[in-house]
Amino acid sequence: MTENEVLIHVDDLKMHFPIYRGVIRRQVGAVRAVDGVSFKIHRGETLGLVGESGCGKSTTGRTMLQLYQPTAGKVFYEDIELTALKNEPMRHMRKNVQMIFQDPYASLNPRMTIRDIVAEPLVAFGTASGKAIDERVRELMGLVKLDPDFMLRYPHEFSGGQRQRIGIARALANNPSFIVCDEPISALDVSIQAQVINLFEDLQKELDLTYLFIAHDLSMVRHISDRVAVMYLGIIVELADRNEIYKNPIHPYTKALLSAIPVADPGFYETHDRIVLEGDVPSPANPPSGCRFRTRCPIAESYCAESRPEFKEVSPGHFVECFKWDHPDNQRR
Amino acid sequence: MTSELLNVQGLETQFKTPEGIVHAVNGVGFTLKEGETLGVVGESGCGKSVSMLSILKLIPQPPGKIVAGQALFRGQDLLQMDNDEIRQVRGGQISMVFQDPMTSLNPVMTIGKQMAEPLMLHMGFNKAQARDRSVELLELVGIPRAADRLKDYPHQYSGGMRQRVMIAMALSCSPQILIADEPTTALDVTIQAQIVELVIRLREELGMAIIWITHDLGVVASIAHRVAVMYGGFIIEEASVKELYANPRHPYTIGLIGSLPQIQAQGRKRLYSIEGMPPMLYQKPRSCPFSPRCRWVTERCRNENPLLESINDNHKVACWVDTVTGSERA
Repeated sequence: MTENEVLIHVDDLKMHFPIYRGVIRRQVGAVRAVDGVSFKIHRGETLGLVGESGCGKSTTGRTMLQLYQPTAGKVFYEDIELTALKNEPMRHMRKNVQMIFQDPYASLNPRMTIRDIVAEPLVAFGTASGKAIDERVRELMGLVKLDPDFMLRYPHEFSGGQRQRIGIARALANNPSFIVCDEPISALDVSIQAQVINLFEDLQKELDLTYLFIAHDLSMVRHISDRVAVMYLGIIVELADRNEIYKNPIHPYTKALLSAIPVADPGFYETHDRIVLEGDVPSPANPPSGCRFRTRCPIAESYCAESRPEFKEVSPGHFVECFKWDHPDNQRR
Repeated sequence: MTSELLNVQGLETQFKTPEGIVHAVNGVGFTLKEGETLGVVGESGCGKSVSMLSILKLIPQPPGKIVAGQALFRGQDLLQMDNDEIRQVRGGQISMVFQDPMTSLNPVMTIGKQMAEPLMLHMGFNKAQARDRSVELLELVGIPRAADRLKDYPHQYSGGMRQRVMIAMALSCSPQILIADEPTTALDVTIQAQIVELVIRLREELGMAIIWITHDLGVVASIAHRVAVMYGGFIIEEASVKELYANPRHPYTIGLIGSLPQIQAQGRKRLYSIEGMPPMLYQKPRSCPFSPRCRWVTERCRNENPLLESINDNHKVACWVDTVTGSERA
């Protein structure tokens, strides 16, 4: 799959949100939500983006789709530079790049029927009119396994899992090729999560979709992704093939994050020790100098504070941003 | 780990809503031994929180109503106590930690004041004693510079720190039972691991019994001795933690465990999914509440609701079908 053509290319993307203070609202600083991330997504691939809350993973997804005006950096879709497009051409690009949101309760207008919600992108781009709209809505509802006869109902009549399906149908309306899925299953119950994940996989096969799958549930991300990127405090610290990153994590943060996943197997904890990180994630308004992770890193050295490590390809397709990636201290797991 | 601390039988709780009466808990029974950790697992709306809140009479009445049942704590029925009596138990012998550390602390009171409150109320401490004990408790749950941080307000603490404060408050009167209602759900995984580790350490140091309510089967595996799985207001399976994960017997438990992606798994298997959705509890279920989603369903399941029955020493299940053989139980 990695040999495929590159569909999305993100190059040193930065998104800083200014902080204003005082009577004249002078800018006194910036929250560096995303502080220089680069990656490529191939056609038909799912890239998982994981990290703790506040690490900038959602901001990355939103900035890629130009929902925020990026501070610096470029985003390419095929060979079109999205970051250079003016409003109207970007609006037309949105047919190809879509988003599915986390909260199925907040992302659907409660006063619109399902038909109107799913038809809105069709109307906005004039892709269908008259009877064709209803036909397309029925088709889309069938695609996400909802009964098309429910199309005149309102969102409150549906459960969380069903609402998420409506959100997916809306995103699919104009046959996009790239979808940013921003924590699409976090608000759902366990048994419903599996239904929605299976639907994502079926749709990908059927419609040749490319996903950026943002989540904090690492086991789900491993299940659905081809490659996984781990974010910490606005940067990507490690990026690799999914099996590689779970079997052979290199960055101390990735190791700790993986060991923190609760495993549904009581015997597991008799044979495995957990790496428990001390402290909390520092504020992105005032990130640590040098390596971002050094304040919580179990193997940090004084030189980690001096400069930021290089995002280095340590084996084919496996990138890590750490000075001590091959140091003996980093061997124990 | 021998004597019985809490014995709940036939607990039923209902809520009156404009759409009708919701039968949230429909006859829940379990026991809790000293020093034991019971995990209560289920999806939202299955009645797991409501059952535990009912035991402490924390259900707003009305619209809620505890219709039937008893909850014997050291031989005394908590459900028959009047408000003054139950208040002595709450926060004293039985205390509770809630899901959301952001909203369960008072934002306009310092942490020190909030921590002193139960100590002065239940333990009869004066201000200075309460302060000293608060510092001790904050140190116990791993808050650095505890004495200084008493003057801080909740917003000056991070999410994980706030949950530590909640746990410290719950522990302040040395409870015999700690009820933790999804205490790590709002937290990130690395912080969740910190809290789980903390609770396991405190359990060993203080020897209290814990009821840990969660929807996360992974967290339960790491902390509980025994697990009760709830569905539609019933406990549908109960077993020791190892037995439950190794030999789940109820179709719902089997589906729930099967729907988790295996982190150690190699290939990409399709996830097992339970079709349909949890029931709306506007009527008290007369049939098995899981029957509409069950792949083993028989005629009997649609007509009669199975009761929780022992299949061996540490395993109880409420199902008409033996899911190992696929045939109906005698």
